[in-house]
Amino acid sequence: MTNAQRSHILHFATIAVLACLFFVLPAYHVGNLSRIMVLAVYAMGFNLLFGYTGLLSLGHALFFATGMYGLGMAMNNFGMASEPAILIGIICAIVMSAVVGFLALRTTGVAFMIVTLMFAQAGYLTVLYFGAYTRGDEGFVIPQPDRMIAGIDITGETSRYFAALILFAIVFLAIAHLVRSPFGRTLIAIRENEERTKMLGYDTGRHKLLAVIVSGTISGIAGAAYALLFGYAGATFATVQYSIFPLLWVLLGGAGTTLGPLIGVAFMFYLIDLSSSITQAYMLIAGVVLVVLTLFAPQGLAGELRRRLFTWLP
Amino acid sequence: MASIILSTKGLTKTYGGLNANEDVDFELQRGKITALIGPNGAGKSTFVGMISGRIAATRGQVVFDGRDISALPAHERIKLGIAYTFQITSVYAGLTLHENVAIAARRRLGKSAKAVHAKVVSVLQQVGLSDRADQIAGDLSYGHQRVLEIAMGLAQDPVLFILDEPTQGLAETEVDDFVTLIKALAGDTTILLIEHNMDVVMRTANHIHVLDNGRSLASGTPEEIQANKAVQAAYLGTDVDA
Amino acid sequence: MLASLEGAVTAAILALTAMGLSIVFGVMRVVNIAHGEFYMVGAVLAWVVASLVGASPAVGFVAALVIAPLVVGLIAMAADKLILQRLAYDPDRTIVATIGLLYIIQQTTLMSFGPDARPVQPPFNTRLSLPWFEWGENGFEMFWPWGLSITSYKLFVIIAACAILTGLWLLMTRSKAGLIMRATQQDSETAQAFGIPVGQVYSYVFGLGAGLAAVGAVLVVPIQQAHYLMGHDPLLLSFIVVIIGGLGSLPGTVIAAFLIGMSDGIISVFFSPTLAKIIATLAVALVLVFRPQGLLGRVER
Repeated sequence: MTNAQRSHILHFATIAVLACLFFVLPAYHVGNLSRIMVLAVYAMGFNLLFGYTGLLSLGHALFFATGMYGLGMAMNNFGMASEPAILIGIICAIVMSAVVGFLALRTTGVAFMIVTLMFAQAGYLTVLYFGAYTRGDEGFVIPQPDRMIAGIDITGETSRYFAALILFAIVFLAIAHLVRSPFGRTLIAIRENEERTKMLGYDTGRHKLLAVIVSGTISGIAGAAYALLFGYAGATFATVQYSIFPLLWVLLGGAGTTLGPLIGVAFMFYLIDLSSSITQAYMLIAGVVLVVLTLFAPQGLAGELRRRLFTWLP
Repeated sequence: MASIILSTKGLTKTYGGLNANEDVDFELQRGKITALIGPNGAGKSTFVGMISGRIAATRGQVVFDGRDISALPAHERIKLGIAYTFQITSVYAGLTLHENVAIAARRRLGKSAKAVHAKVVSVLQQVGLSDRADQIAGDLSYGHQRVLEIAMGLAQDPVLFILDEPTQGLAETEVDDFVTLIKALAGDTTILLIEHNMDVVMRTANHIHVLDNGRSLASGTPEEIQANKAVQAAYLGTDVDA
Repeated sequence: MLASLEGAVTAAILALTAMGLSIVFGVMRVVNIAHGEFYMVGAVLAWVVASLVGASPAVGFVAALVIAPLVVGLIAMAADKLILQRLAYDPDRTIVATIGLLYIIQQTTLMSFGPDARPVQPPFNTRLSLPWFEWGENGFEMFWPWGLSITSYKLFVIIAACAILTGLWLLMTRSKAGLIMRATQQDSETAQAFGIPVGQVYSYVFGLGAGLAAVGAVLVVPIQQAHYLMGHDPLLLSFIVVIIGGLGSLPGTVIAAFLIGMSDGIISVFFSPTLAKIIATLAVALVLVFRPQGLLGRVER
């Protein structure tokens, strides 16, 4: 069996397991899992840029929130239906990531992290500033009757779970395909040695910009999906914390692996869920996990698995 | 008379008031092996850096295949068929040998995974690294990494192949293999070689260009250069491993 | 007049805090995201020390001014030894680790200092500003006990900050410790080869940087209250200052702190604070994009 076949089987098996879990798990965990899958889409978008291209953005909440508010405000403030609102959310995310990418990619390394952080902070403050329309910190609820896709009500537990699963599956398979394609291989080459890649005749600037746009757009789609499926948009999702979360998830699960984001989100979600019965200061756990990870397992759970056991892991 | 594939006019690089290269006029004959020599610090690497576009020239002109490429960024120049190997080994240390060479080959053959694979297999065969295809490049010995670097150049099927001190750190037998390899390449491929090892220069070069203190000092056949008084003075003055 | 004096106070505190960030970046090439938390811990410790001493507010304040920065410096040195040193100061990983540190410090403070995630409001202002009532007292002030008595403390803040910054400058340029730091900054490998214990130097520099933030915080505490989330704004502002001043340039940092401190007041006169922050944040991002060496920094090579 070739490595490509193995990873195909692994990816489809993952999706199949997620589908089966719906019938096995109690309602509480089904709800959690819907959320985890949507957040995993966000993490996968981040991972494409951080894990595969080697660019660390500390401002991805900007893209997530752009998708979220693009959809949310189209529905809430302009009374649009779900389908065109989804489109609006995606277009907003594309434009935003293109602009941010174009500007931020003029810098490298630490400056890139700070610039993306600053843009995201400006975005968060903008949400607050236009509080009259965005409802600021408080956020707004998208009315339940409006949340329909192609005539299907997606507010029910079942339809929501499968909507999340379909989205997850599409992005999951698309990224798995992308990172094996010539484009994805070039991104990895840039991560490993940008100067070398340029001197092999690749336009690394264009590749990096495309990576930011695809990554930002996926993050925006996740934001739009979150607003639509859970019916809420708020400024919390634009805070620095929501830029740090995907970094945490991806580091935890394994940067530059296809499965890492899902593993990281699920692990972190339940870690916080379980610990919140002990302490309210759940960010303490996030902090400790971050430090411990950078110290002892910089490659994350899936990364360590790949290193120790399954070198073929995608 | 062979045709000229690449020429430079008045190529100059200034670093904070110091000229690393000053008004270098240079011509490269198609299909030949040209060696660029000169004492340490003569500006050889800077010069080929400006040809490949890796280093931006302060002023001057580079013409490749009848086209002025002075304004093109590095990756556009590489696409025209210029391959470049780094003086300080620069491979993808975290990836396999196969993938290293595949990245190099993929830019031209990207549409077909089969063609890329075939190219990688043939290039690795050519340089004698076939049995190590699945190793991680960072685990290779220094000499093997140098050879891999050359393989990455070959995989691009270059029109002009620039090698910056390719034999540095290679063992005796590896140097011999290298000499055989590039002699076989010449004819179809034009080769520009920066080389300190004068034995390699004399065994391979059809033409030698000497840089000293950032300027052109002499240019001619190996015999002419050997007889050149100015070159002898420059080398005796600084005494490199010539 | 009063507004520009307010600005000068902000600038003085900011200069101290940003200087800490700047030194750490300059010498160690580490971007310390947890810098604002060291500031916050400094403020919280000032409150703890002052309320423990309790004798007279003046004694309490002086004790806080000595103890808080020392403790914060030691915490920072421990963090450097335990975490950063083991990461070999890899830029990406240290950023991630200091983000982790940020959460750890913030949440630990939340759980000990204010477990309800609400700002604890000790009668701090009066307690600590009282001695400055007395200190600055000279017949003239008695006529306006409010306005000028507060400014007398603020005046002290400005003078104290200037004194500390001058001391720091002397330390960096005139002393052996400064020479060692600068040597390490220039080329840590060569410094190591010349027998400079680079690891030790890094620990002290990291401690010094955090200590400076804590000094700024102790000075600010009588004006603002200590709160577990108070580190956020100083962090952002320090970043802005350090970036505009040119990463790692000490005079640039002071000038930029002064500019930002003064303009922060001025901008918010014309715009709402949120809009002012948006403009400032975007401006910094664009400075980094188009002039990465900072407004006052020089292009390297």
